[in-house]
Amino acid sequence: MNALRVHVDGVGLWSAHWPHFDALREQLAGRAMPVAERARPPAERLPANERRRAPESVLLAIEVAGQAIDMSGADQTQLPCVFASAHGDHVITDYMCATLAHAPTELSPTRFHNSVHNAPVGYWTIAIGCHAPSTAICAGHTSFGAALLEAAAQVEADRHPALLVCSDIAGSGALNELTGCRQTFGCALVLSPEKGERSVASLQLRVTAGETPAVTLPEVSLPEWYTDNASARALPLLTLLARDGGRAALALAPSMYLDVRMETIQ
Amino acid sequence: MPNPIPALSVTAFTATSALGQGLDAHRAALGAGRSGLKPNDFSSEPLACWIGRVEGIEAAALPEPLATWDCRNNRLAWLGLNQDDFVGAVRVARERYGADRIALVLGTSTASIGATEEAYRRLDADGRIPADLRRREIHVPHSLTGFVAAALALNGPTLTVSTACSSSAKAFAHAERMIRLGVVDAAVVGGVDTLCDSTLFGFNALELISPEPCKPFDRARRGISIGEAAGFALLERSDCAPDAPRLLGYGESSDAHHMSTPHPQGLGAELAMRDALARAGLQAAHVDYINLHGTASMKNDEVEAQLITRNFPSTTRASSTKALTGHTLGAAGIVEAVIALLAIADDTVPGNAGCDEPDMHCGPQWALRNESRRVDVALSNSFGFGGNNICLAFAQAERSP
Repeated sequence: MNALRVHVDGVGLWSAHWPHFDALREQLAGRAMPVAERARPPAERLPANERRRAPESVLLAIEVAGQAIDMSGADQTQLPCVFASAHGDHVITDYMCATLAHAPTELSPTRFHNSVHNAPVGYWTIAIGCHAPSTAICAGHTSFGAALLEAAAQVEADRHPALLVCSDIAGSGALNELTGCRQTFGCALVLSPEKGERSVASLQLRVTAGETPAVTLPEVSLPEWYTDNASARALPLLTLLARDGGRAALALAPSMYLDVRMETIQ
Repeated sequence: MPNPIPALSVTAFTATSALGQGLDAHRAALGAGRSGLKPNDFSSEPLACWIGRVEGIEAAALPEPLATWDCRNNRLAWLGLNQDDFVGAVRVARERYGADRIALVLGTSTASIGATEEAYRRLDADGRIPADLRRREIHVPHSLTGFVAAALALNGPTLTVSTACSSSAKAFAHAERMIRLGVVDAAVVGGVDTLCDSTLFGFNALELISPEPCKPFDRARRGISIGEAAGFALLERSDCAPDAPRLLGYGESSDAHHMSTPHPQGLGAELAMRDALARAGLQAAHVDYINLHGTASMKNDEVEAQLITRNFPSTTRASSTKALTGHTLGAAGIVEAVIALLAIADDTVPGNAGCDEPDMHCGPQWALRNESRRVDVALSNSFGFGGNNICLAFAQAERSP
């Protein structure tokens, strides 16, 4: 296949350690400022009453989406949205399965409609008034690679910028022993077909058969938990974005990966 | 507005629902207007409603090498894959293109959450998931797609689309982009959703479940009847199979209105239908049949009826088939895509079962009974929670250059 070529115009990041992309950049540049751990993503694009009631999965996705849009300067109402999450809101899944086991008729209607995998992208489009296509996807531990491929495919197919969000909250309850996702992490990219004033990097993506090559990022040690959260598997790519570009490999299937070549734009 | 796209061939397709297993069972039930809805005998506690339950799932054991994927949803997927020689068609495609060159894009709203519900009903003494269900792969939303990739021995990009009731229709759009860009040469699309407590009691909590069999577009409709289904289709470039029916286009949009209520003027739904026609290079007058989303919820049917009535001529026939299958949620898109493809194959418009007195907003487009007429172009609407809309456009092979 021909490589897909897209530009990165905006980046969003939120975890307890990095409340925005600049925090990761500063840390990698050796200027780490101690950041107080934050419990809730601020998600300021949500109306205040929604923000109080919204589950963490929604706050997280909207926070990183808003950051990436702000950095890109793009018109948020016009961007198709690709939102990915390996587990969706598995805190709500835990609540629903526990409630259904004991008192099914007491299930909360609000928690039920917040349980759908497209709840974060639904709240996002409602909050900002976006009528563009939106999707909610997953692909297990390869969710980030699959989502980047899908978002880049939308950008190339329609020659129009798109918003990519990949986020997973920490789980809870009996289910969490199996999912093993114990840290909340979300990231977002605004991708565009042409290089613009705000572009910070260009990406060449190629679907490649074979086992995913190991990630080697000299002089960078990523937190131990990053492979437990499917969305945090974006960290090697975000690290390249924060530094001088380079090459990354994102798994798509047991013997298929996305070969990423990145050139940063000064 | 989007530009027209090259059509794709739908070289194989199949569906399994409360109407039966495979295309012939669906043809027979649609022809007779026979509903698959029955009184609810599924939920873990009684719930007075009607359901579209698939016979034979419990007996559809998975072959030993796939046993780790065992759960109701994957059994229904397996049952569905083994109809109409779909597996054989995929094998031919795999030999032609290679397992790396076929994408797998499936839609589901709840995947195998039924297995997680069961685990929580019988947590062990330490509050842990019982040993027989301690299989990570069936407790994640990607369970269905992971299973089908293993069952079909595919090794291309895989993706689960989970946009509630539009999920499996969206799979066609994701796959089309990957084929157009040359990321892959073919794609298996479709979706599976099974009955589970989450959706039965969830829609019950939202007061959207009908106590009687659902009556789409009837004035006296009282809500939805939930069903379960599996369906699959194989998409390839049209020059590979000139005689196969075509996917001509699709349109996607967001309502930006409310999480569980459609936009009151059907703004998003209208954008989706407009973009589907634009990609297909068609105008409303070219459309012979529309399989409607038509859930029998008060709001959806009111909004969708007005949308069709104001945008299409009376020569366009329209109906919902959910009184027959039930609302199969994430699988509704593929089941109704298959019904649209059958309408094209058989030149028969299925009647809008369950509707005795049409809603005041229904126009002359409604086909209340089956109609024999030429069907060259058929659309299928799917709208989901979160205001997530898609319209698919299919056609006879002859229509495309």
